[in-house]
Amino acid sequence: MSRRPEPGVRERAAATAAGQATAARAARDVTSRIARTDRGEGGLNAFVSHDPELLAERAAGLDHEMDRSREQGRAPRLAGVPVAIKDNLCTLDLPTTCGSRMLEGFRSPYEATVVRRLREAGALIAGKTNMDEFGMGSSTETSAFGPTRNPHALDRVPGGSSGGSAAAVAAGIVPAALGSDTGGSIRQPAALCGVVGIKPTYGAVSRYGLVAFASSLDQVGVFGRTVDDAAAVLEVVAGHDPLDSTCADRPAPVLSGAVDAGADGLVVGVPEEYFPQDLDPGVRRLAEDAIEGLAREGADIRSISLPHTRLAIPTYYIIAPAEASSNLARYDGARYGFRAVADTAAAMYARTRSAGFGAEVKRRILLGTYALSAGYYDRYYGRAQGVRALIAQDFNTAFAAGVQVIFTPATPGVAFRIGERVDNPYDMYLADVFTVTANLAGIPGASVPIGTLGDLPVGGQLLADRWQEPLLVRAASAVERAVGSGAR
Amino acid sequence: MTVTPETVRQVAALARLSLGAEELAALTAQLNGILEHMEALTGVETAGAGPVAEPADGAPLREDQPGADPLAVHPAELAPDFADGFFTVPRLASHADADDGTDAAAGEAG
Repeated sequence: MSRRPEPGVRERAAATAAGQATAARAARDVTSRIARTDRGEGGLNAFVSHDPELLAERAAGLDHEMDRSREQGRAPRLAGVPVAIKDNLCTLDLPTTCGSRMLEGFRSPYEATVVRRLREAGALIAGKTNMDEFGMGSSTETSAFGPTRNPHALDRVPGGSSGGSAAAVAAGIVPAALGSDTGGSIRQPAALCGVVGIKPTYGAVSRYGLVAFASSLDQVGVFGRTVDDAAAVLEVVAGHDPLDSTCADRPAPVLSGAVDAGADGLVVGVPEEYFPQDLDPGVRRLAEDAIEGLAREGADIRSISLPHTRLAIPTYYIIAPAEASSNLARYDGARYGFRAVADTAAAMYARTRSAGFGAEVKRRILLGTYALSAGYYDRYYGRAQGVRALIAQDFNTAFAAGVQVIFTPATPGVAFRIGERVDNPYDMYLADVFTVTANLAGIPGASVPIGTLGDLPVGGQLLADRWQEPLLVRAASAVERAVGSGAR
Repeated sequence: MTVTPETVRQVAALARLSLGAEELAALTAQLNGILEHMEALTGVETAGAGPVAEPADGAPLREDQPGADPLAVHPAELAPDFADGFFTVPRLASHADADDGTDAAAGEAG
């Protein structure tokens, strides 16, 4: 894994726009890094689709456009910056598989809004990254195309479900990547891979072209080597989209000023529920060091309580599978994707879905269908939605009392070994214990590296109120500075 | 609350999933293990909890114009089978099954 200093996203874009760097060179670098680190025995398997010839062709076209942009005095914000795309975001030029046999080889007939915005800003779409099947997982082990390895330790998981994107950034293949976060699927792999991950406010980024898992929880977000890199990409992809009725009618946030704003006077809440007795002592120590660092930078640290936190995992693992069972009903072999051979339509549906979905997806579909079925709806789904409101209320109360950001560990431990948790689903679900609350409440969150235990990264999580991405970025970059993790 | 293999089979039928005997047994055990943790929600008082969030501008409507984002390819190019403008699938049930009133579809979905 490369540790040599790399220019940031804004610097790369500026250099390409000014003619000091070329998209063609960036494309060659990506292709050679993928060949070196991602493929073959011992490779990361972060990418499921990468077309070197197409990438080179796009890069050549981009360099030609840059010549015209310079003549016109324009500087595309992500000129020549390679960005990897999680494989549940629809692209026209590369397949969109969602890590599933059900969509193996599927070519989307339309492009996700976030991908279109990246291209229009001059970015290079480097390839599609591996993920847990349909976003269901916390380790990238449920992918039908094999697990992704953690660049810091090849026998360990990168986290999930956006593990491919996190690994691609951590390994230095690309400076930034898109992911999606339904219960922590950006923040958790960011923490385990030692990179920055940002999940925006629900509704801040268009979900048009994001293959749905749980529609009230899903949100597209970004990975970067630094907070500023992630923020630079978020500024481009966020903002109103008329093609997504759940995307708020707000412009994209301006975040560049927030990166160097410092922590002086920032009110930081530290919830006791996120520091349980059984928290890994090393994670606790690094989190406490980060909090002390914020205090040294002038932050006002306050103990708070988010009393319904203990109910978050059961709440999430009823609501998310319930929504998934509805969203994944469309995969029946009739109109696109995999189709099993059968004599009748009903047999076709059942055989297609049984052969096309992996074990975790089937498990969650069954759980969700059960929770929504007659006789059980009120006991499980109805009750979970009520508790969800209590969890959201906990955050509202804290923010109303003057807390501006909340700091917690991002994960209860470091990256676990590949295969370690596949036999006990609920143990795997507990990897999300600190991240699901933000999705349930719809608030933005970020994971920032706060140190290592041995060679394994640990992440700290910042949470802010809805639409407070500038505060979130300010706090995240203050943590980055306090722990010295902003090095590229 | 404990789910039985028969309940899981019925839920699988609703979800259009076909489970073998071994898979059914394993999933029954796993679901029971997961649902045990969900019991933590029992008895939690949720009355009075407000909405998770209030949308500032309600549910927006778009202009009633077709083709907001035209498809790059015709659906026929994506379909496993397509004829005369229709997605085609195996027939819903065989004529013989329909004649004797057997619902072949329900039987095969389980």
